[in-house]
Amino acid sequence: MNKEAIIQQLPYAKPFLFVDDITHIDTNGVTGTFTYDANLDFYRGHFKDHPITPGVILTETMAQIGVVCLGIYLTEEEQPTQMALTSSEIEFLQPVYPNETVTVISEKIYFRFGKLKCNVRMLNSRNEEVSRGTIAGMLVNR
Amino acid sequence: MKQEAIIDQLKVIVKPYVTDEQAFSNLTEATDFINDLKINSANLIDVILDIEEFFAIEIDNTSMERMIDVQSAVAIITAKLEAQ
Repeated sequence: MNKEAIIQQLPYAKPFLFVDDITHIDTNGVTGTFTYDANLDFYRGHFKDHPITPGVILTETMAQIGVVCLGIYLTEEEQPTQMALTSSEIEFLQPVYPNETVTVISEKIYFRFGKLKCNVRMLNSRNEEVSRGTIAGMLVNR
Repeated sequence: MKQEAIIDQLKVIVKPYVTDEQAFSNLTEATDFINDLKINSANLIDVILDIEEFFAIEIDNTSMERMIDVQSAVAIITAKLEAQ
């Protein structure tokens, strides 16, 4: 399955699509990028006069690229399914500002009985780690 | 491996995922993982993977779907160990 087809199958749309590009994908993991447009609405309030990307948005970006894109790739032969987030444990190490481009690198820990669990890291454009942790999702019938 | 020994080991495996401590302290063969111990269904998969690792067995999809309580888990583990 090609990378564009995976992005097309994502169930998200702006302003809640946090995948611009998939740069690598195989059965063991995925790498993808996203740039946070400075006009995204949450920057108006997080924080007042001092926009920083919220941790929940970083987590969502890591989940969309690292778990949902990989899940679509791993299940391409199967019925259309959707991935539901079941757990996340993330550390945040550096702030991510408006207009920054981040790279998400996900490595599969396991994909068994419909549950996909991954080690996921996010790097900024200076290749510094901004967040890392584990995220899991389960397939649900659409 | 004796049934009691399997249950003792199961208790060690499920403990980190249990949210109903009282049901855990009263655990019997009839204890249901989801309804009694309140283990969430996504975490139950981790329980099963931990069972596979500890007992060095492989659990297939059919067995996994039957593993809803202590009794059925013990039966499946015993059968897999005997088949080795």
